[in-house]
Amino acid sequence: MSTEPQTGGRVADGSPVVRLANVNKHYGPLHVLKDINLEVAKGEVVVVLGPSGSGKSTLCRAINRLETIDSGEIYIDGKKLPAEGKELARLRADVGMVFQSFNLFAHKSILDNVTLGPIKVKGLPKDEARKQALVLLERVGVANQKDKLPAQLSGGQQQRVAIARALAMAPKVMLFDEPTSALDPEMINEVLDTMITLAKEGMTMIVVTHEMGFARKAADRVVFMDAGQIVEQAAPETFFTNPRSDRARDFLSKLITH
Amino acid sequence: MDNYLSLFTEYNIAAAFWVNIQLTFWAALISLAIGTVLALMRISPVPSFEAIGAAYVTIFRNTPLTIIILFGVLALFNQLGFTLSPNFNENFFRMAVMGLAIYHAAFVCEAIRSGVNTVPVGQAEAARAIGLGFLPAARLIILPQAFRGAVVPLGNVLIALIKNTTVASVGSVAVEASSVMKTALEFRGDIIIPIFLTFALGFVLIVIPVGLLTTWLSRKMAVAR
Repeated sequence: MSTEPQTGGRVADGSPVVRLANVNKHYGPLHVLKDINLEVAKGEVVVVLGPSGSGKSTLCRAINRLETIDSGEIYIDGKKLPAEGKELARLRADVGMVFQSFNLFAHKSILDNVTLGPIKVKGLPKDEARKQALVLLERVGVANQKDKLPAQLSGGQQQRVAIARALAMAPKVMLFDEPTSALDPEMINEVLDTMITLAKEGMTMIVVTHEMGFARKAADRVVFMDAGQIVEQAAPETFFTNPRSDRARDFLSKLITH
Repeated sequence: MDNYLSLFTEYNIAAAFWVNIQLTFWAALISLAIGTVLALMRISPVPSFEAIGAAYVTIFRNTPLTIIILFGVLALFNQLGFTLSPNFNENFFRMAVMGLAIYHAAFVCEAIRSGVNTVPVGQAEAARAIGLGFLPAARLIILPQAFRGAVVPLGNVLIALIKNTTVASVGSVAVEASSVMKTALEFRGDIIIPIFLTFALGFVLIVIPVGLLTTWLSRKMAVAR
C-alpha cells in the first residue's frame, strides 16, 4: 500500500465502503483494468459509464471477486478482499450483486430465492427469513408472485426479485452490472424506479449502465471508463454538459446522435 | 415346446435375474455416491482435487470391467486375503458390487459433469455473490439443477450397468443370469438358441422400462429457464 488513491468520493464518515487501489487485470495480452483507483463513500451512488469493452463490467465484477485481479487491492468497508475461502464468502455476503441476466436460482421459487441467502449464509430462522423476504418482495412489487418459478416471471419482475434477493443480505454496497440491458424497453423503467428508490433510501450503489437518465437522476458521481482506465469523474450534470476529456465528449456525442 | 418349458423347471431363471437386479441396485447406489464426489472434485476450485478426480475417471473408464472384477477376486481375495463378508458367496457378491460400482462411478461422474454443463455459469456466480462457499453452492444450487440435466446420461449409465452385471460371472457370482445361462447351455444342447433368446429377452424386459422412465423423468424434471 504505497500510494493512497486520492480520487473523488464523499468520505464524510470515516473510511469508504469500497476502495480500489492500483487494481490491474489482464485477459491474456489485453490489459482490461489499468491501475484503477476508486473510492465509494457510504450512501454514495456511483454510475460507471463507458463504451463496450471499456472494462466497466469487469471492474464491477472484480469488486466481489467474481473476476480475479492481477495486482492491486480491493477493500470492502476497510477489510481487504481475500483471494479465496470462507473469509471471501463472508465479505461477498456484504456486497449485493445484480446481474444483467438476473441469474435467479432457476429451480427455486421466488420466495426461496430471497430466503436462501439469509437462511444458509446468515443462519436466520426460516420464518424470520420468510417474513423479511415478503417485506422485500412487497417493496419491489412482486410479492404476489412469491410461489412461482423465475421462468414464469417477466424479465423486469425477475430483475426486481434479484434486487430483493441481494437486499435480503443487508449488504453494505450494491453492485449493478448492466441491470437493464437484457430487458424489453417497457420493463426498463420498473427496474430503474426500484433502483432510484433504493438510491434515495441511502444505499451505497455502484451501477454499470447505459441508462443516462438514471445517471442524471440518481447518481452522485459519474465515472467514465475507456480502454480499461478511469478517464474522468464528475458530478452527473457536469459530466453530461461539460465533459473534460475528448473520449468522454466523443462517447456522449454518439449517444446523442442515435 | 415342452422341451423348452422344462428349462424353467430345471433352472430358476427368475431368481437368477433377481441377483442381477440386486447387483444393479447396490452398484447403482454406491457408484452414484462415488460419482457425485468425483464430479464435485472435478468442478472444485482446488487443483489437486480436480487432478485426483480426473485421474480416477481416466483410469477406471479405460480399464475393462472384467479386469477390475477379476482383480478383486484373484488379487484382492485370493492373493491378499481381503474379504467383504465372512460368507463365501456373499463375499463374491459384494466384491462384484464394488467392482461394478468403482467402474461405473467414472461414467456417473462424467454424466453429472455433463449435467453441470447444462447449468448456466450465472447460477454459480449468483450463489457465490450471496456468500455461499463452494460446497453449499454446489449442494443447494448447482447439483440439484445438474442432476435434472443429467437424467438421460445417468439413465444410460444405469442401462449399461444392468447389462454389465453379467460380468459378475467372472467374479464367481455363480447365481446371476449369465452364469445360469452358461450352465443351461451346457446341459440343454437341444434348445441352445431358445436359451440365448430367453436370457436376452429377460434383459430387454428389464432395460426397456428404465429407458422409458428416464425419458419421462428428464421431461418432467427439466429446469425451465
